[in-house]
Amino acid sequence: MKAERFGPWLAMVLGTLYFVVPLIATFEFSLRKRRGEYSFDAYRAVFADTRFIESFGYSTMIALITILVGVLLVVPTAYVIRLRLPRIRPVVEFITLLPLVIPAIVIVFGYLRLYNSSSFLPMTASTRATDLLLVFAYVVLSMPYMYRAVDTGLRAIDVKTLTEAAESLGASWWTILFKIILPNVRVAVLSGAFLTFAIVIGEFTMASLLNRPAFGPYLQNVGANSAYEPSALAVIAFVVTWACMGLMQLFGSGARGASGTR
Amino acid sequence: MAFLDIAGVRKVYGQTTVVREFNLSVERGEFVSFLGPSGCGKTTTLRMVAGFESPTVGTITIDGKNVTHLPPNQRNIGMVFQAYALFPNMSVADNIGFGLKVAKKPAAEIGPRVKEMLDLIKLPHLADRYPYQLSGGQQQRVALARALANKPQVLLLDEPLSALDAKIRVSLREEIRTLQKALGITTIFVTHDQEEALSMSDRIVVMSDGRMEQVGNPFEIYNYPSTRFVAGFVGTLNILKARVIDAATGKLSIDGQEVATTRSLDGSANGSMRSVALRPEAVSLGERSGTGNALTGTIEEVGFLGSVVRIKVRIGENAVSLDTFNSSSVTPPKRGDTVSIVFTREDLLVLEGPEPA
Repeated sequence: MKAERFGPWLAMVLGTLYFVVPLIATFEFSLRKRRGEYSFDAYRAVFADTRFIESFGYSTMIALITILVGVLLVVPTAYVIRLRLPRIRPVVEFITLLPLVIPAIVIVFGYLRLYNSSSFLPMTASTRATDLLLVFAYVVLSMPYMYRAVDTGLRAIDVKTLTEAAESLGASWWTILFKIILPNVRVAVLSGAFLTFAIVIGEFTMASLLNRPAFGPYLQNVGANSAYEPSALAVIAFVVTWACMGLMQLFGSGARGASGTR
Repeated sequence: MAFLDIAGVRKVYGQTTVVREFNLSVERGEFVSFLGPSGCGKTTTLRMVAGFESPTVGTITIDGKNVTHLPPNQRNIGMVFQAYALFPNMSVADNIGFGLKVAKKPAAEIGPRVKEMLDLIKLPHLADRYPYQLSGGQQQRVALARALANKPQVLLLDEPLSALDAKIRVSLREEIRTLQKALGITTIFVTHDQEEALSMSDRIVVMSDGRMEQVGNPFEIYNYPSTRFVAGFVGTLNILKARVIDAATGKLSIDGQEVATTRSLDGSANGSMRSVALRPEAVSLGERSGTGNALTGTIEEVGFLGSVVRIKVRIGENAVSLDTFNSSSVTPPKRGDTVSIVFTREDLLVLEGPEPA
């Protein structure tokens, strides 16, 4: 191997080992539930636990609603900014980055101050209203990723000319947004959606402090009370995240042909 | 009353006036080109007709209706863009049918109309293709069909051929003109290519720096340019300095040699300097005959271009380029040869605008 290639390869090998070794160790530990041999008993126990199914189902539902709200909020916003208000793009980009800086616990405490059962809008007094609060919190948490994904998608198309072409044919803004723009940023929206899903599935702080039966608190609870099941759950969570990434790649290449773009 | 009336339209951005006092009446079915260099205001004017820009001052009327402040989606116009602007997520058929769907036409009407448009642009076999699967020329034809499907009142084309290669440009402009004549649709065509404007238009509006320099049919614009800019921009021009001998009779002197013009020298004092111009195709080598003009000069350059021989003749401080057809039996003149060039009085143009120093 040439000397100049050795360094990058070495860095890659070390980096890979840094991430992969703990994963392998976790997976190996999760197979040790049955004494003396490797088995999937921990996984069976997890899948047999009704709380796993309930919490995973709940988080999945919240994730889907978060994605829907996020798309309905971010796509028109990014579109209007790109088309009509390009000068405020840096300001909006800064705002969308704030969730990366402000800890989730700060957002949740803000919620509890504003919407507790003694306030003018006692949303935390109701289960459904609290679910709604959780969705909004997740929309904020996933905003950096969703906005960036959609903005990148809009950059790849000539938004202005497509809009004008549609307007010249009699289309209203809503028609343009849902029939022209959204289908052409579908791949970008899906990327943002899968990232959002991965974030929501594993999120703990907000779900725990709002006392919702989400997957994150369940993971923490199992971890506090079991030995091997937490490792199995950690592996399952990784698999779910990787599946989302894989689907992003798949839709990224496959969907392009269906939408008629190269 | 004209079908499309642009009256007193001006467009100002901050301190910059990009379109000055634009007045034009276009008859139903007429094909008018806006011709000029980049930044002259032709596209801005077109966009004001489309509704994508609002005039600072003035009105735009289509078929008697004031559309000045009407949004584009309520003007019933069809527009073709330089970048085609086909919707990437829709097939060719869906692109063409889009306007009809937006207008909530019944499916029974949309299908046949789309088929009709595909036949019109001779691409019925590409109905299910997507834009990325088409060539540039095909995309532009689909864009044209899409713009026409809704039977718009006015068709607006914003440099639709600029992104295409030369051969496709020539064939497509003929197709556009044929379609336009067949449908009888009022059309505004923006271009910086004089050949396109001259070959396609009923009338041309030559623009420069936001101003209308001249409006006329192609013959008038080319043969009777009213300003120095029009003369220089449309076609090739030899510009010469001449001294006025007798303004009343059109007599001038170029490098001490007397010539005459039938063009007006009104307002010129005898002895003053004027710019005059000659089209290369109006000049030939030969001796003076009858009432024609002749100038003697020296061959400065001879360029062999295949079927054409381009000759540059130095006449004092002036230079005149002329083109002659190549002939195997005629040897081109050599550099340094003294020659006589001839042209008619009608062909000697007198230019308006600032006089030479």
